[in-house]
Amino acid sequence: MRYIPMLCIFALLGSAILTAPIRSGRRAFGATLTVVLCTAAASALLLGWLLAGNPAGEPVAVTFAMGKFAAPFGNELKLGPLQALLTTVFSFVVGLAMLGGYDDFLFDVEREKRGLYCTLLSLTLAALYVLTYTNDLFTGYVFIEISTMTACALVMVRERGETIVATLRYLFLSLLGSGLFLIGIAMLYSTTGHLLMEPMAARIAALLSLGEYRLPLTVAAGVMMTGLGVKSALFPFHRWLKEAHGTTTTTSSAVLSGVVIKGTIVLQITVFCRVFTLEGVHLLHLDMVMLILGLCGMVAGSVEALHQHHAKRMLACSSVAQMGYVFMGIGLASRAGLAAACFHIIVHALSKSLLFCSVGRLSAVSRHKKDFTLLRGSALRDPLAGIAFTVGAMSVIGIPLFAGFTSKLNFATASVASPKTLAFTLVGIMLSTVLSAMYYLPAVTAVWSHSDEEFPPVASDPYFNFCAAISVALILLLGMAYTPVMEIIELGIDLL
Amino acid sequence: MENLIAVLDTLVAERYTVASVMLFVVGLMNLLHRRDLVRKVIGFNIMDAAIFLLLTAQGYVDGRSAPMIAEGSEAAAATLYINPIPTGLVLTGIVVSVSVSAFSLALIQRIYRRYGTTDIQELLFLVKGED
Repeated sequence: MRYIPMLCIFALLGSAILTAPIRSGRRAFGATLTVVLCTAAASALLLGWLLAGNPAGEPVAVTFAMGKFAAPFGNELKLGPLQALLTTVFSFVVGLAMLGGYDDFLFDVEREKRGLYCTLLSLTLAALYVLTYTNDLFTGYVFIEISTMTACALVMVRERGETIVATLRYLFLSLLGSGLFLIGIAMLYSTTGHLLMEPMAARIAALLSLGEYRLPLTVAAGVMMTGLGVKSALFPFHRWLKEAHGTTTTTSSAVLSGVVIKGTIVLQITVFCRVFTLEGVHLLHLDMVMLILGLCGMVAGSVEALHQHHAKRMLACSSVAQMGYVFMGIGLASRAGLAAACFHIIVHALSKSLLFCSVGRLSAVSRHKKDFTLLRGSALRDPLAGIAFTVGAMSVIGIPLFAGFTSKLNFATASVASPKTLAFTLVGIMLSTVLSAMYYLPAVTAVWSHSDEEFPPVASDPYFNFCAAISVALILLLGMAYTPVMEIIELGIDLL
Repeated sequence: MENLIAVLDTLVAERYTVASVMLFVVGLMNLLHRRDLVRKVIGFNIMDAAIFLLLTAQGYVDGRSAPMIAEGSEAAAATLYINPIPTGLVLTGIVVSVSVSAFSLALIQRIYRRYGTTDIQELLFLVKGED
């Protein structure tokens, strides 16, 4: 069982190589989807095994040494319940995004590039697996770069002027982020002499307890946080996300917003918890910085979304706001805050990919228009897409019964434990909720309003219907029966 | 005067770190302020070279040699050699940097074929006109 993450990574890398020369887009798509769903199943199996745990029945986290070299010389993966849950969700969401955006995949991607597109999806998911499981900082850096390149190529696949500019902005900002992260690694290596997270953490704890090297550790942690923040659209480094996620094909938008930006956030959480520990992060005042930037992101993303009429750009701006919630949760630097952040990662992955897929479908039945004023009545032409969009919007706003409400409840509950910042976090959550409602509700109203314009009938998309049905069911399930998932997340954080 | 000498002494002792920081700033300025896309890529490469210099310098120890043990010679003590790990990291980093540079230049070549320019301001103007 402990070989599952390695097998999943190799399966995805193998799938990436094998689908590249496949001429038939449908075969390449089918093969990639099969591998992606198999990795989801394997990760779920691993989760079950880790939860079953040791003979005493306690859940465990297992360290997998790669290449049979023991620490601190070898490379390692850390397999915990949280990592297994996240990779299960990531794989599943990528699979759903592939199904939901299949029609647009055939419409937007040139025939001879379809095999290569599937290669990019496999490589992106492989990079995410490594970012989630890695126990080594430099391995994290290498796969951050790989995920950057594949993500840029996913944006570029729909070759228009706007996507080219978006790709350039994303690429150059990401390179800056990677450079900062690498500087942080260099500083930490020179201070501690380790690259594996656990030995490094022991050295850092010893140094912090003696009060030595406080400034270099603060600078190293700060540049790493900034580097990872640039890649995950932390305010004020979020400007690239609107065009990058909002101008490309449906599957790319859903995968980028739903999953790719989460990879660096998961690495951020791992670095904070495993390398610096929450006490260390608090000592270096990085929690406060992250909290403030998260709160600013929550409001700034929503304010920017208010001005958007282009459907996908509005959803992309909304992603900035939602990532602000995650950073706020990390910034609370508490077990409850981290659990809320991880739960929101899962909820946002499902909701945002559903939103992008449903907008893709609503656009497909409206002559591929993307402006909300031109999508008027589209839900009446495809009611399931309309329902999916409505459910996704309700979840992001935070209406009770939907998964997003549970997220916000978790954040509010977690913030109660920090009396100093309670007022700010509650006001931030309230403001962001109101602002989200201000741009989502008019959008939902627009798609369900009657339009006088005649549109040619478009055949039903069974792949999208399946994706929408599953996603809606999961969002409602997470909204009403979230306790088991929260328990797994909390266990996972304790074993991180 | 004594403070100045102490500062100069530190700068000389940490010359690789100082050079690395200066190179990083040069690369960063190129990446952020240059209008030409190819120069931006060069800036990014300078940035990466700066970080590789910092990493390699971390492993260097005055008076020690490269960690190459010839066949037939005795297994040597670790105290005779520099730390090989940062050099190994730099090798991986160089490969990553080259891949990213190749990707960026391929993208820029595609842009040039389509728009006939590598100037970012001109490109934004042309793309806006296209919309």
